[in-house]
Amino acid sequence: MTLIKHELKQGRFSFLIWTGSICFLLLICIFLFPQIKEQMSGVNKLFSSMGAFSVAFGMDKLNFGTFIGFYAVECGNILGLGGALYASVCAANILCKEEKERTSEFLLTHPIKRTHILSSKLIAVIIQIISMNGIIFMLVILSTLWIQEPIPWSQLTLIHLAYFILQIELAGICFGFSAFIRKNGLSMGLGIALMMYFLNLIANMTESVKFLKLFTPFGYCESADIIASTALDLPKIIIGLCFATIAILLATYKYCKKDIYA
Amino acid sequence: MEAIKIQNLTKNYGKARGINHINLSIEEGEFFGFIGPNGAGKSTTIRTLLGLIHPTEGNAFIFGLDITKDKDKILEQVGYLPSDASFYSGMKVKELLKLSADLRKRNCDENARLLCERLQLDVNRKIEDLSFGNRKKVAIICALQHDPRLLILDEPTSGLDPLMQMEFFKILKERNENGVTIFLSSHILSEIQHNCSRAAIIKEGEIIVSDRIEELSKTKAKRITIRGDISSLPDLNGIQDKIDSDNSSSFLYSGEWNTLLHALAGCSITDLSIIEPDLEEIFYHYYKKEEEKL
Repeated sequence: MTLIKHELKQGRFSFLIWTGSICFLLLICIFLFPQIKEQMSGVNKLFSSMGAFSVAFGMDKLNFGTFIGFYAVECGNILGLGGALYASVCAANILCKEEKERTSEFLLTHPIKRTHILSSKLIAVIIQIISMNGIIFMLVILSTLWIQEPIPWSQLTLIHLAYFILQIELAGICFGFSAFIRKNGLSMGLGIALMMYFLNLIANMTESVKFLKLFTPFGYCESADIIASTALDLPKIIIGLCFATIAILLATYKYCKKDIYA
Repeated sequence: MEAIKIQNLTKNYGKARGINHINLSIEEGEFFGFIGPNGAGKSTTIRTLLGLIHPTEGNAFIFGLDITKDKDKILEQVGYLPSDASFYSGMKVKELLKLSADLRKRNCDENARLLCERLQLDVNRKIEDLSFGNRKKVAIICALQHDPRLLILDEPTSGLDPLMQMEFFKILKERNENGVTIFLSSHILSEIQHNCSRAAIIKEGEIIVSDRIEELSKTKAKRITIRGDISSLPDLNGIQDKIDSDNSSSFLYSGEWNTLLHALAGCSITDLSIIEPDLEEIFYHYYKKEEEKL
């Protein structure tokens, strides 16, 4: 518990900055919706007819005239990319920062098992992701009520749940890599999150590489599909969580055997 | 009981030198010195003992516990002072001391307070604002506040002013008198000479000698200083570390006494002194001897 509290304290500024930024951007979009709602019928046609670009962002299947259609594209991208970047960076740094900042010697000369350090750090990452998503979801609900739009509970919850699982998967993968590196956690986290994001865009635009959706968590976060089916793509989620589990197990193996030099 | 027992301990770093088949035994309650220049393998030995790095070969035991299997039980009883301590940014001294105590599941408030008082450390300051010497004090308190049975100190005095060094060694002596084993790694030989009862010298990853400080000082080598006309003094076997000036010469001598005395008989000497070398010279002597073997 000591280590979890310590990690949460250490990560609080980063948490506040990322959560605050995502909330701020989401609120701008939500509060803009009533003003641009009227113009959306025209824009809808334009957005859905931009060829591969529309397909890449799922705009060919969404109705911008509805709150959930607008939310899925505008807010979905902010939440998807912002959340993914935060989860990846947070997890990618959590182990290697100790070596980069030369604090691992301090930590590992206390009577704590390395597996305990790993589990505490992983729990701290998960707590931060849960807290960020909880705050964002509450704020989205409150602001939707504020603009007097009916809340599409099931679709909205499923979209947020999908992005939450995406963040957990990316955090697991980055956590795995974090055990193998000694520095550059930030670059690695940003790199992995952005690579996964663009992998999904490529898979959306090109039929022949559609299978790539299996390898990126953005594959099961297609808001258009979630809204249409009011369900999550469970097989893809299971595959994704398997990747995260494997990465965490590899991290455990590596970290327990690792020589710590500073 | 042996506080530390090292058997054939080896750590290879590929091409870089680590430690090579080290054997060492330190009894509980000893104040033991570990001498060697930078890069000789002192920190590698210590890091291996603490479980930070894994040995390639060999075993080591602390209070009879295996360093690879019982790491946590060992670390409960050990206080470690690293040569270059780094701490988490944004924390105050008191928060870090509390974190260290909490990680040990101990309440060390009273001990920490007393140590801070003796070392004159302000617990309300942020660690990143502290000087190197004050950060060292934080590390010292982290190593001592939980009353460990064994203290492993790696270059402990770097950064401390002379008064603080005195206070620090006073604390160490008190702890040692209360039965705490102290393993002091240093390249400052006077520290070892004044405080330790036994010492080992490490060179290029190998222990070249391990003995009581008095025994180490009782090496055959003596510091010879001669004044007068020494131009006819031949270059004898066993002369090392020779420093010549206008009409004097000083050197460590470990050769045959008769040979030296015969050689000196041919010189016009005005003054001669033969003294026990200090530890620094012993260190030099052992290092030189090893080089000659190669």
